[in-house]
Amino acid sequence: MGKGSQPQNEMLKGTLDMMILRTLVGGDAHGHTIAKVIEHTSEDLLEVEQGSLYPALHRLEDRKWVSSFWGASENNRKAKFYRLTAEGRKQLVRETSRWRRMTRAIGLVMGEEGGAQ
Amino acid sequence: MSWSRFLRRKRSDAELQDEIEAFLTEETAGNEARGMPPGEARRQARIKLGNAQRVRESLWAQNSPRALTNIGHDLKYAFRTLSRTPGFSIIAVAVMALCIGAATSLFTIVRSVLLRPLPFRDPGRLVMVYEHHRGAGANTTDFEYNPVAPADFYDWRSKTQGFEDMAIMGYAGYSLTGERGELPEAVRAAAGSWNLFPLLGVEPAMGRTFTESEDRRGNTVVMLTWSAFQRRFAGDAKIVGRQIHLDGRPFTVVGVLPSWFSYPDAGIQLWVPYKADATPELLQHHDWNQSQVVARLRPDVSLASAMAQVAAVQYQLHLQYPHDPVKEDVAPRSLNEDLAGNVRKALQLMLSAVGCMLLIGCLNVSNLLVARGAARQKEVAIRSALGAQRATLIRGQLTESVLICAAGGLSGILLSVLATKWIAHAWRGLPTAQSIHLDGAVIALACGLMFAAALVAGLLPALSTTGKSMLNALQTSARTGASSVSRTALRKSLLTVEIGITVVLLVAAGLLLKSFLQLRSADVGGVTENMLTLRYNLPDKKYDTPEKVNAFNEALLERVRSIPGVRSAALGNTLPGAGSWGDFVFTVKEHPPLKAGEDRPDALVNWADPGYFSALGIPLVSGRFFTNDERGPRSYKVIVSRQLVRQYFPGDDPIGKHLHVPAHFHAGAPADVDYEIVGVAGDTLYQVGKESKATMYFPTLEGSAGGNMLAVHTASNPLQFSVPVQRQIASLDSGLGVSDVRTMKQVIGESLVNARLSATLVLAFAILSLLLASVGLYGVLSYLATQRTSELGIRMALGAQRDQLLQLMLVDGLRPALFGLGLGLVASFAATRIFQSMLFGTRPLDPVVLSGVIATLLAVAVLACLIPAWRASRLDPMKALRTE
Repeated sequence: MGKGSQPQNEMLKGTLDMMILRTLVGGDAHGHTIAKVIEHTSEDLLEVEQGSLYPALHRLEDRKWVSSFWGASENNRKAKFYRLTAEGRKQLVRETSRWRRMTRAIGLVMGEEGGAQ
Repeated sequence: MSWSRFLRRKRSDAELQDEIEAFLTEETAGNEARGMPPGEARRQARIKLGNAQRVRESLWAQNSPRALTNIGHDLKYAFRTLSRTPGFSIIAVAVMALCIGAATSLFTIVRSVLLRPLPFRDPGRLVMVYEHHRGAGANTTDFEYNPVAPADFYDWRSKTQGFEDMAIMGYAGYSLTGERGELPEAVRAAAGSWNLFPLLGVEPAMGRTFTESEDRRGNTVVMLTWSAFQRRFAGDAKIVGRQIHLDGRPFTVVGVLPSWFSYPDAGIQLWVPYKADATPELLQHHDWNQSQVVARLRPDVSLASAMAQVAAVQYQLHLQYPHDPVKEDVAPRSLNEDLAGNVRKALQLMLSAVGCMLLIGCLNVSNLLVARGAARQKEVAIRSALGAQRATLIRGQLTESVLICAAGGLSGILLSVLATKWIAHAWRGLPTAQSIHLDGAVIALACGLMFAAALVAGLLPALSTTGKSMLNALQTSARTGASSVSRTALRKSLLTVEIGITVVLLVAAGLLLKSFLQLRSADVGGVTENMLTLRYNLPDKKYDTPEKVNAFNEALLERVRSIPGVRSAALGNTLPGAGSWGDFVFTVKEHPPLKAGEDRPDALVNWADPGYFSALGIPLVSGRFFTNDERGPRSYKVIVSRQLVRQYFPGDDPIGKHLHVPAHFHAGAPADVDYEIVGVAGDTLYQVGKESKATMYFPTLEGSAGGNMLAVHTASNPLQFSVPVQRQIASLDSGLGVSDVRTMKQVIGESLVNARLSATLVLAFAILSLLLASVGLYGVLSYLATQRTSELGIRMALGAQRDQLLQLMLVDGLRPALFGLGLGLVASFAATRIFQSMLFGTRPLDPVVLSGVIATLLAVAVLACLIPAWRASRLDPMKALRTE
């Protein structure tokens, strides 16, 4: 819970959905795990607000990119799990390539060497 | 947003709470694993989670369609505001219920009568064909569609190709005698050519229709309508193939018509083949205009070209018989219009009246809403200052008027279920009256009306209260803000329109009422008090000689006259006010022969016994009445009406002159006959509301069988005599059916029922409108008075007298009334011309009606204005000044 690491509270718009989908590539997960994974992977730079996590999950479910079911967590507690659907996988591919193009373009503008990758 | 989630919002919310709980547990467990004490672990988890309620709320919103939520909010808000002012709401809902109910009822009737296609096969291609008189002066509706002579019809059918087929039908009457001792009954029958039912596409419910070989003279086959089958023969299917007795002759029942078939009207009980009762001579004559022709158009031929072929044939016939009344043209008419014929105008008039009333209702609700809008000016201003968009405010106000109109519309539909039944019942002669009922289309229309009304009533006030000027309300604390002046102007102009429409309705109602009163007091030309009338039909098979006919008629008259309490009795084919029997053409023997192309004169015909005129109180103008010696077919005497003398013997003495009547008009006459005029009688009306026509009377003692009307002049209530008189008829001939036992007052009253109904309904609409308009007037002026309270206070403080203030307020309120009156008078000049043909004894610019309307409206307007004006003038100046 590094308070000194100044987590990035303002996430870029639309990126949360993409990151949730990316997280789910590793396997089914419940809300808490998803948040933790994003925070850890981003080296705690990003903090997932619950106020946006759950609406996002429900939105993704409405769009049929993830499906949900109730199961037991690692600690054997009841939790709602989310699973990436085939449609969600395709969406992730689209989002990822769009994101790559975008960051490269921004990188070029900002004069970073080689942009992003 | 997804609908499934919207519908399961509660469950979805519960699931989310579980999910959040699960998150908290995981997080707490994680924190504890990192060594936090349990309380702190839970606290940190909650901090990490943030506001759980916000998560729930945002998801709840995400799951609800935005528009739906807004509508829900608006509805809730409108419902609350409306229930805060129940008086206003009830009035508004009642107004809308009345208006929508009335409009729905009338539309139901109009739809069933004028718009719904008849239940025949491909009804769009069916058309009635009439003979048409092109001549000048004859282009009134009475002469536009003339019945067809059978000889013309047979020529049309054989010589034209535009129609798939043409069929002809006429009316007949029989005495239906009982098979098992039931009372004899006079029934109305129709005679149709064999191809009529196939042409219409009507399959019999039982048995078959007529065959071509059955359609000839003397053939005794009959089809029953469903009502006769059920009523008289108890729905016994075995009747098909059996015999029934009509006029004492056995007829074989070949089929039963389906229950829905009530063409041309529901009164027809039997059908016989067209030629069954027509003599071959009649069928050959081109001036025996007695029948109706229905034709089915070929799919590949236009109506115009098919009619052109028929018209060409008819014109040839017209040239061929220059002196007979053979019409020179033909005219088509749709079946619907044909059946609706006489009621069409009345229905359209009422529909427009109810439309006007609906508009007035809308304007009134609109006016009330404007007034409310003014009272809620501050609320609207505050809401808009807090960031409400104008569209939102307008939507909110519209929701209110939608609520009012929806509530009004629903009660209106209920109301119209009752009203429709009543009108369909009360309106005699309304075709297809059985099929009138509310259905999906009508309810859809009512809903449409509802929302149109809501829009009309709500939009104007909503726009006016949410205009740019509304922020003034916040800036100024005074109630007399600048914006309210324009709003008052708006209300006044709404009121002007309202009063204008009311005036049009009042004028229409006044004219119809006056027509009705004129009709009711119209003098038919004879006695109507204490007069019992009835009809009987002597079958010509049983009464085959003049002696037998005379024996019956004279015996009956003698017996009836000897009943105690009977003053006198008259026997004829028809009676004054009871309709016409028909007309004959004639020439005057003593006059020079007709010029080429000149039509022969014609006159209504009637038969009269020697006591007819004196019993009915028809005066003798000159000459004498018939005597008891003028009997048998060879008497050849005639009495003419004064109108006939006026028309055909101007400045000449008709007594002793001779009328030459073609033979085929007069059964039993060997050749054309000259009738000597022995007397001139006073004019009578054959029907109330129609002009008196030239009439000739032949003696009943000529002895021809057929339909007779008996009139009995009694000393007291004539209905008490109906049983004794019928008993006398039964004692003379137990197989004779009697029908239409009524008093003369009833006979005349029935022909006025429709005039009375349209006058009553339009008057009711007009009075309601007047009431609405006066409520509007009252409302506007009261509002104005409240608004000007402080101004009036100042005036008083400065020395204005109370009657000056009264005058000030009155003039203010009466101005829109006067404008509206002027507007309405101008509009009614145009509007009343449209239904001029429905008027009798009055005209669109009737001064009595107009001054009556002006006086009524002014009186009501003054009354409506007086109360608020008087109240304003009684204000306590000190209180008035402190009202701010």
